[in-house]
Amino acid sequence: MKKQTFDSKPAGPKPWYDPRVRAIFFQVVAIALVFWGGWVLIDNTLSNMESRGISTGFGFLDESAGFGIIMSLVPYDATMSYGRTFWVGLTNTLLVSAMGVVTATILGFIIGVARLSSNWLVAKVSLAYIEVIRNIPLLLQIFFWYFAVLSSLPSPRQSVDVGGAFFLNNRGLYVPEPVTQDGFGLVWGGVFAAIAAVIGIRIWAKRRQLATGAIFPTFKVGVGVLVLVPVMSYLLAGQPLEWDLPALKGFNFGGGISIIPELAALWIALSLYTASFIAEIVRSGILSVSKGQTEASKALGLPNGLTLRLVVIPQAMRVIIPPLTSQYLNLVKNSSLATAIGYPDLVAVFMGTTLNQTGQAVEVVAITMAVYLTISLLISLFMNIYNRAVAIKER
Amino acid sequence: MAESTMKAPKRRIGPVRWARENLFSSWHNTILTLLVGYLIVTSVGPLLNWVLLDANFQGSDASDCTGAGACWLFINQRLNFFIYGFYPEELQWRVDIMFGLLALSFAPQFIERFPGRKWLGLFGLTGLPIVGYFLVPGGVFGLEEVQSSKWGGLMLTLILAYIGIIASLPIGTLLALGRRSEMPIIRGLCVVFIEVWRAVPLITVLFMASVMLPLFLPEGMNFEKLARALIGITLWQSAYMAEVIRGGLQAIPRGQYEAASALGLGYWKKMGLIILPQALKLVIPGIVNTFISLFKDTTLVLIIGLFDILGTVQSTVTDPAWQNVAVEGYVFVAFCFWVFCFGISRYSQNLERKLDTGHRT
Repeated sequence: MKKQTFDSKPAGPKPWYDPRVRAIFFQVVAIALVFWGGWVLIDNTLSNMESRGISTGFGFLDESAGFGIIMSLVPYDATMSYGRTFWVGLTNTLLVSAMGVVTATILGFIIGVARLSSNWLVAKVSLAYIEVIRNIPLLLQIFFWYFAVLSSLPSPRQSVDVGGAFFLNNRGLYVPEPVTQDGFGLVWGGVFAAIAAVIGIRIWAKRRQLATGAIFPTFKVGVGVLVLVPVMSYLLAGQPLEWDLPALKGFNFGGGISIIPELAALWIALSLYTASFIAEIVRSGILSVSKGQTEASKALGLPNGLTLRLVVIPQAMRVIIPPLTSQYLNLVKNSSLATAIGYPDLVAVFMGTTLNQTGQAVEVVAITMAVYLTISLLISLFMNIYNRAVAIKER
Repeated sequence: MAESTMKAPKRRIGPVRWARENLFSSWHNTILTLLVGYLIVTSVGPLLNWVLLDANFQGSDASDCTGAGACWLFINQRLNFFIYGFYPEELQWRVDIMFGLLALSFAPQFIERFPGRKWLGLFGLTGLPIVGYFLVPGGVFGLEEVQSSKWGGLMLTLILAYIGIIASLPIGTLLALGRRSEMPIIRGLCVVFIEVWRAVPLITVLFMASVMLPLFLPEGMNFEKLARALIGITLWQSAYMAEVIRGGLQAIPRGQYEAASALGLGYWKKMGLIILPQALKLVIPGIVNTFISLFKDTTLVLIIGLFDILGTVQSTVTDPAWQNVAVEGYVFVAFCFWVFCFGISRYSQNLERKLDTGHRT
């Protein structure tokens, strides 16, 4: 029997009916449109800026800023440059994001587990928390904490005083600042030695377990080493640490570390809000582990704690990680709401004050957006690496 | 047989047995129950006093708030401002009509057997924006014009969220199709657009819309502040919408695409008649969820100086005429948002369950 063969390209249709030709045509049109649109935008922007007398370029970053910022992690004063304000804003954004990520994760995991508790009351309270908090806009919650709760705290002279060391008033929370003296290097040495020892013990214990089956109490021993070694080295070095206590000076407090109410309000609101979403993610993750897994592990004789740690959590994490990443991203992006209450984050300082003073909207907005884009990409990158590490390995 | 259709008998247990199983099953559960119970009991009393028993409902200004509890009369006094903003009082019937039409087209969606609810929903998605376009700003058909700078309150919040979602649906669909396209350049452009908008916070988008948009446009052409905010919100939201719709497109089995191609349908017919109707139906819950988050995010417009419902309340609680009413104001706004968002999310959960069973064959 003779097989009928076809040409790969039948001669029939006209070129404009050929999907490949069409694809090239559409893409050329798309590129042309994008370039034309971009050109029109740039042309408009340049002529608009010229007519308004706005200068271009990044030279403004070296000019003196001339405005104060209420909180900065890097040294800053008003004589420094606009470029410096960028770093102040960026570090403040990263600070509140990092603080928020840590507390939201802890709180979210606790509430998510509590939501599944066999205790009816605890489960219902967590459910109420989740349903109330996540259905109220974050900005409103930030306002609530800032304008309704923290600003109704007493004035500095009537501060809430805890043991003469901690002070809480409407200017913020003041805590003692540890000041390291000579010889504190020994304590750091002790800390690092303890960490190294714990890692070593863990590797050795795992090897021994694989070889002999005997389980070494790594956790208890590890905690002991982590506490004892630094304390011993601290005592050996002659207690080289002093505390700088906050004290009332004039109308406000001096000394110590102060957590300004803007930071506190933003931190509390971000943590509580994001925790309600993380709790739901954790719950769905735990529920996704089928009951057979728990039962099988019980049948193997593992106690409850080990079942949770070795069987349930590793499998739940696979479901939890991807949505958790997007919650972290949301938290970082939401930290930009700082500008509404005056916490000097990147948007408030750089896109707010610096933009208003220099008028160089295009450059400032481009830099700010680039920063958020970079943070987002970095977080997704790290979480993707982690996700790959915990993903199912088909054998 | 009759027995086979009977439901399984309900297990009946007494309250004591229930409490022992659910509250006091072990010693640490008992401690937990007592602790949480104590916290609830000690906080509910003062809360109830503040909200209801000691609260002030009657009166006309701040001096009438004499009780120790909440000062609700301030909400009462300023309610018109919270709902309509600066919209002239004698013209507010126009907004009321829009509220009515909005309720008429979407409330029946919660009722399964409401006659013609699909048509009402379709009207809500297509006809309602057109009616609103003429009715709310006025200036045509002999209607008195109301500048958009006078809009505010709940009405503005709904306008922002509603137009944001309606406008982002078609753009998001096109972007999702582009991202799934086989043409590398189209796909690349869509990916860049979606990822850039999704990576930046809404505030920067709003700032950009209010500061940079005037620079981008040719001289003499300018939008009002509200329109600029809407453009920003729409672009931002369409990136999120694109990702939701892409999820739906990916969930459609390959066979559907191939079958449509085998029937000789071109790209747009294949997508418009076969793929999108199925994909969009699949992602309705996802669209509703993005709507909820957009609805909450519209509060951000107060940062660029628009008076949405939170903006109107915020301007009132910082008004010297009303002092110490911040908590009441925030509770009021929180309650408004909570009712909307919780209701809609429950609806979407129902829908999800219904659509889920429909696809399990």
